[in-house]
Order: sequence, then C-alpha cells, then structure tokens
Amino acid sequence: MGRLSGFRVTITQVFRPRVTEKFPQEKRPKPPRFHGRHVLNRYEDGMEKCIGCELCAGVCPAQCIYVRGADNLTDAPVSPGERYGFVYEINYLRCIHCDLCVEACPTEAITETKLFEFSFARRQDAIYTKDELLVDDEGRARRQPWELWLGGEDDETSAWMRATSSSGNAAYENRVAWSGELGFGVREPERGQGGDPGALPAPDQGGVS
Amino acid sequence: MTRLANPFPGGDPLFNHGLDLTVIGFVIVKTLIVFGLLLVSVLLYIWFMRKVIADMQNRIGPDQAGPFGILQTLADGIKLFFKEHSTPARADRPVYLLAPFVSALAAFLAFAIVPFGGIARLGTHTTFLQLADPPVGVLWLLAMSGIGVYGVMLAGWSSGSKYPLLGSVRASAQVLSYEAAMGLSIVGVLVHTGTLSTRGIVLQQTWQNWHSFVSQWLWLPAIGAFVIFLIAATAETNHPPFDFSEAEEELAGGYHIEYGGIRFAIFYLAEFMNMITMSAIAVTLFLGGPSGPKLGFLNQGGWVNVWIVPVFWFLLKLWVVLYATVWLRASLPRLRYDLLMDLGWKVLIEAAFLWAMVTGVIVVGQDQHWNLWIVTPAAAVAALLVYGFLMMCVPGKRELEDIR
Repeated sequence: MGRLSGFRVTITQVFRPRVTEKFPQEKRPKPPRFHGRHVLNRYEDGMEKCIGCELCAGVCPAQCIYVRGADNLTDAPVSPGERYGFVYEINYLRCIHCDLCVEACPTEAITETKLFEFSFARRQDAIYTKDELLVDDEGRARRQPWELWLGGEDDETSAWMRATSSSGNAAYENRVAWSGELGFGVREPERGQGGDPGALPAPDQGGVS
Repeated sequence: MTRLANPFPGGDPLFNHGLDLTVIGFVIVKTLIVFGLLLVSVLLYIWFMRKVIADMQNRIGPDQAGPFGILQTLADGIKLFFKEHSTPARADRPVYLLAPFVSALAAFLAFAIVPFGGIARLGTHTTFLQLADPPVGVLWLLAMSGIGVYGVMLAGWSSGSKYPLLGSVRASAQVLSYEAAMGLSIVGVLVHTGTLSTRGIVLQQTWQNWHSFVSQWLWLPAIGAFVIFLIAATAETNHPPFDFSEAEEELAGGYHIEYGGIRFAIFYLAEFMNMITMSAIAVTLFLGGPSGPKLGFLNQGGWVNVWIVPVFWFLLKLWVVLYATVWLRASLPRLRYDLLMDLGWKVLIEAAFLWAMVTGVIVVGQDQHWNLWIVTPAAAVAALLVYGFLMMCVPGKRELEDIR
C-alpha cells in the first residue's frame, strides 16, 4: 500500500466500536474514594457534627476554608458538644480537593462527595456556605442548580474519611472506628481490607491513636 | 465508447420558441432551486464531513443539534451571523468587504452548468434540469474557478496583514498550476464526447444497459484523465491535502485570518460550495451525471422516471464522490509546498497532456478504422518517450542544489 496505507487506516476505524462517553447524560463510574465537593455531615439524630474547631481551616493548604465557632444554646443546641460551627465557608475557586480537611476533622463532620461536575456563572456562587454544604434531612447533599448530579451519585459521601480513619493507623483496617451518619447509619468498612475486627478497642476506648 | 447523436444540438429546448414571460419564470424558478440546492448541500456536506471524519477517527462527532446533529451547521451559521465583525485599520475597506462575495459568487455560478436531473416536460415546455447549458460549457467552469481565486487573492491583499497575503499568494500560485492540469484532463473527456456543453457530455453517457457503466460512462475510457482531474480538482479547491492557502501551522489560517463573523462564514461557504461543484463536475464528466438505470416496472415516460430517478442518481453519485473527498481529508497529511508544485508541474500537466494526445489518436483511429492493436501501443510508447525527454530537460535534485 505504501503511501496510500493511510486510507486503509481511516476506513477500518469506521467499523470499530466507539469508546466515547455521552458525558452530560451518562457518567463513567468513579472510584469510591474520589475527592469531590464537600458536605457537612450530621449525626443520626439530626445534630450537626461540626464543633467549630477550625482545624480544617488551619490545615487547608489553599486556605479556602473559613470557619467561625459559637457556643451552643442550652435550650436549642445545634451540635452535641459545647460549640458548633456558626459560619462555615469553602471557596471552590481555591479548593484543590486534597482532603486534608477531611483527615484533620476530629468529628468526621466534613467529608467529600464524588461530585466534581460543577461550574459557576458568578464568583459568589463558588463560595459555599453552610446552606449549601450541610446535608439535608435525609442526609443527602443539597443539589445546587449549577451542579450536575445523576441518580445515586450521593450515596458515597464519606469513603475517603472511612478509609483514613482513624488517624491513618493500619492497625484499624476493617474496624469500624467512625460514628453514624444521618440517613446512612453506621457504614460498613470497605470490602477487601484485611485485619481482624475486634482485636483492638476503638481509639476513644483506649486503643491506639 | 461509441459516440451518440445529440438530440438537442441547439442547447436547452426551453429557448426554442423564443423568450416570453413563462420562459423567464422557468429560469427564475430554476435559479432559486439551484441556489437552494447548493446551500442545503453545503449545510449537509459540512455536517456529513464532520460525521465521517469522526467515524474515521473513532469519535462520534456532532450529535447534539437536531437528530444525529444534522442541524449543527445551521447552529454554527447562526452563531457566526450574530458575531461581531471588525475591519483591520490597514485594510483596503471596499475590497476587503467585497472579497468574500467574489468567492461565493464564483462558486455559485460554477454550479449553474451542472446537469442535476434529466430532461423534463412541463406543459408545452421542455427543459433541461440544469440552470444553464452554454455551448462553452466546461470552459465556464474553468473561468469561474479562475475567478473564484480572485476572492482569495483580494481577501489576502486587502487585509493589510502578512499572513493573509502569503496565504493568498500561495493560493493563486496553486490554482494557476493546477488549472492547467485540470483543463488538460478535461480535454481527455472532450476528445471522447466531441462537445463542450455539459448536457451534451451527459447525453453521451446515456444509460442503455449495464454495459454502459464501463463502455459509455467515461470513468473507465478516460481513467487517466479521471485520476488527474480528481487530484487537480482537490488542489484547485484548496482541499486537504492541498490546503496550503490556509495552512494553520505555517500561516495561522491564511487568507481569512482577518475575517470574522458572517464574512468568514461566506468564505467557508464558498470553499465548500467549490468542493461540491467540483464533485458535481466530476460526476458530470466521468460518472454519467444523472444517467442511470430507470425503474423498469414504471412507465418510462412517467413523472417518477423523468423527474425523480435521474435526480436520485445524480445525488447518489455526488455523495459517493463527496465521501471520497472526506476520506481523502481524513487520511492524508498536507504536502510540502515544493512537492505540491513538483506534482503539478512535473507530473500532472505532462500526464494530462499526453493522456489527451493518446486518447485523441485512439479516437481518430476508431473514426478512420485503423488497427487499434497497433495504434494504441504506438501512441502510448510515443507518449512515454516524450515524457522521458521532458523529464531529462527538468533539472534534477542535485542540479537544483548546485543552483542554490
């Protein structure tokens, strides 16, 4: 064929199957620990997990988190502890989705969803406040108009947190060392992780930390 | 091939009974139909090209606008129409504004001579289904493709900018070079048909039986001319792999860099109109135009066989040729400019000329009842000898380096 072999190359492509994803209509499955946009979790009784400690803001390398804590009112507490996150803002024009905030959080309040398909028409929309970040009464992420959610995508909201809990210590693999979440209960460890459940007590009961 | 008698020696029979208002009405309607056909064809061709190239690159291509993305070109056109356009400060304003229309006008006018259907009767009038059938026929095509390059040249010159100028100089040099090869390859057809009129050429290729496909359609009797015509037409329309006038790696887009919005769209339109026109001319000259087998179970003179079937054959052949052009676009990388000139001047012009000469000898031989088994090889050998002699006169690679 020589110089004309290009014609054979192009015509054979016509009969090969396409690999193109129909992206806005369908999405390729993402890994369970994918880092997407954040949610602020709540306990199973509806209380907020965030205690306003600002560790996430301190660890954030992009300095995109702004937190202000406030004392809980005794007759109408927002979180189980003494204080709660009064202001919680994440600027998604700066966030690099490194998940250091998730690892730093002592109460598993902030975790990530797998959603990265969001874009803004205004800079103001890029700054998520508690209104957008806090999960709703079913424990699901609140879907914003500029976010592209497809069905079932908000099921995995804390896989990375569970994988790194607690303190990233391998001795705790396959042990539940995390609290329950609103709408999901206490989630199971990921499948395929080794270890002997029950060999070590949980960190808050005298285990390794 | 056997030469057939032309039943219409006087051209389009529409004008046989003088010029009255009905005749003028016919012409106006035909003009509108041809114009609409060409515009719709361009819209469809751009979509078709993108889809086929996507096929050949294992992609899906445009699929959002309308079913199968068929309205994509329309959407692009509307977008371009509403875009802002600016004129460069150093542009020669009247010429700058005129250039796109020169391009488009020539492209449209060239299509006027293409027979896209059979010979139809409407009331007392009989007419060819083509806009015009001038006795100079094919020469009109050469003239129009020559004028079309004025659009490119004026655009490049009047933009007042370097890259467009270089692009337009390249385009005019290229068209000049390949116009000769194309004209000579057409001579290879004209020797067979004995007429310049496109309708006459098509009538010579009338379908009689399945044997007409190889004996009467000129693609096989004039196979050399056919190949040369396809290459030269590709170069003439600035189609890849010969799209030097807009070589984006070198010239950042060529002659239309300084154009935006609807004026850019008109250049685009003209380019694809030229492509379609050239394909239609290839169909006319070599593939029998609208001729083809008719539906045997229907009345031979019925409206289906007179109106629909020839148009169907023409469009089918046209889209087959257009598919080939897209295949070419998808497969071959752009040549180097000196290789383009080498191909044009050192190969195609000589080959087309010698093919026309040999064909002429054979046709005359048939006419005079010479022994073709002797005449054909003798003519071919003579042609090869002439070609060898010409190549000896052309400086070789080493001599060219010495000159430099």
